[in-house]
Amino acid sequence: MPTTLAPVSVAELKDVAKRLRAHIVEMVYQAQSGHPGGSLSAVELGVSLFWNHLRCDPADPGWPDRDRFILSKGHATPFYYSLLAERGYFSTELLAKFRTLGSPLQGHPSMSAAPGIEMSSGSLGQGLSFAIGHALSGRLDRRDFRCWVMMGDGELNEGQVWEAAMAVPHFDLGDRIIAMVDRNGIQNDGFGDNIMKIHPPEMWRGFGWHVIECDGHDMAAVDQALSEAERPHEKPRVVVAYTVKGKGVSYMENNPSFHGKAPTKDQLAQALEEIAGGLK
Amino acid sequence: MTAPTAPAAATREAYPVALSELVEQGIDVVALDADLSASTMGYQFGEKYPERWHSVGIAEANMVGIGAGYAATGKTAFIASFASFLPGRCFDQIRTSVAQPKGGLNVNCVASHGGVTVGEDGASAQAIEDLALMTSLIPFDVIVPADFESARQAIIAVGKTTRPSYVRTGRPKVAAIYDRSFRFEIGRANVLRPGSDVTLIACGILVGIALDAAAQLAADGISARVIDMATIKPIDRDAVLAAARETGAIVTAEEHQTHGGLGTQVARVLAETLPTPVAFVGVDRYGTSGKWDELLGYFELTPAACQLLRKT
Ligand SMILES: Cc1ncc(C[n+]2csc(CCOP(=O)(O)OP(=O)(O)O)c2C)c(N)n1
Repeated sequence: MPTTLAPVSVAELKDVAKRLRAHIVEMVYQAQSGHPGGSLSAVELGVSLFWNHLRCDPADPGWPDRDRFILSKGHATPFYYSLLAERGYFSTELLAKFRTLGSPLQGHPSMSAAPGIEMSSGSLGQGLSFAIGHALSGRLDRRDFRCWVMMGDGELNEGQVWEAAMAVPHFDLGDRIIAMVDRNGIQNDGFGDNIMKIHPPEMWRGFGWHVIECDGHDMAAVDQALSEAERPHEKPRVVVAYTVKGKGVSYMENNPSFHGKAPTKDQLAQALEEIAGGLK
Repeated sequence: MTAPTAPAAATREAYPVALSELVEQGIDVVALDADLSASTMGYQFGEKYPERWHSVGIAEANMVGIGAGYAATGKTAFIASFASFLPGRCFDQIRTSVAQPKGGLNVNCVASHGGVTVGEDGASAQAIEDLALMTSLIPFDVIVPADFESARQAIIAVGKTTRPSYVRTGRPKVAAIYDRSFRFEIGRANVLRPGSDVTLIACGILVGIALDAAAQLAADGISARVIDMATIKPIDRDAVLAAARETGAIVTAEEHQTHGGLGTQVARVLAETLPTPVAFVGVDRYGTSGKWDELLGYFELTPAACQLLRKT
């Protein structure tokens, strides 16, 4: 079992990120439904995490000592499933079955339906609580794993997130749980500032967390932020990554209407071309 | 049935006793409370096994999620609060995080202060919807024990399955119905009194009341069967159908709305297989303060109410 990871270069990570973005737009196009915006914004966080930080074994997804990745913003399945597929949990061919009848790859994650899916999510706000259960159990059993929880910034509107946020320092779980916020500024109905204006860093600090901020699309910066989050600290760590919803596809970038909308055939072609060209 | 000699006790008092027995039997139990542990009695388990018990504060939704995470690692999780808040405050969390993962996660909800006999706290604290909510969750077993001994055994029983469950306990001390020779089984009804004219099917505190009703009916020459249907999901179909065949009329009685609880489960079995007249005793309005036994009268959860239907 891997206990330390051989670091993967930033150039290689960027290649993986490109493949992920292409899967994302293809999956949503194929299904003609799904959530591309918040999938594209999360790519660098996910790639850096799964290749350079998460101790996991795709051949043994139930390994009790594995680090857990818990996708709390469950609608980002195009991101999540392509991440799991590229990391080797299942074949990338399965991605074509996204959102189809009887597929293990439901619109929102269904726990254990496919290897690597840690939690049934989709109803926002629940992942951090779930991680606390894992982490307390790990402590009880003297297992040394960590839970990484990814949340959306809109998701932070949910009260349960803050119930969990206050519980992590209370239970002294800072070395077992790391939170990540995909701060793309857009939620379902539009821009967060118009829906519910929030200040994530101040909020997390107020709940007793150490906040690490980074540019969520600069792979080297993300990699560094996640490394910093892993280092011992008296407080639990949250990485607030400043991202762009729809990143990598010009007409989706910062465009609320691509929160949950599929591209047309022409738009798909344009998206794939832009993605192949790499991030500007 | 030998007459039990145990003193009156609240069903909620069985909770820490059962959890401790489970641990002693090697079950990997963890338990959570949400600032009502002095009422759910969970604190007593926490005093005995501090590493296996946590208070999460007044945060029921978080408690469900933590329980689900624990269960995902293989633990047998118990979570406790009042039946008004668990499931009332956190139904969506129970549905998505506990019920929907394949087969359900092993999270057992023990909700105390069920029904109107919570008493003086009034309507907000009187849970009369919890059974409707919890019977709607596919993998859940839903159990309403009638006395301390059946509650103790029911909690042990759910702790030994890997399914999620909901066990509703009560606040007041109630007379013992069973002694230690009783063997509780999930999904198995218990005929407490034979009868041929009508059957009273009850759960929880209404079981004792149904027994009183049957005694009064006997004085009028009516032979009433009494069934303790502690498990309302999965319901004991055979016991319901035998009662319908052999007595021809049924009264259900529960400390819950007549919609969505025991009565609904019984009526469904009958409607599918053997349509039979049924009368429903329950609570179809919001409550008021009062002593728990006064409230039973106020809501007509009485022996007299259980006599509504007589075979003619
Ligand atoms: C409890 C709950 N309420 C509402 C929704 C509907 N919904 C799906 S995604 C979304 C917006 C999420 O915004 P954010 O967390 O910022 O995600 P991202 O922008 O990263 O996609 C909403 C409201 C939901 N899934 N769960």
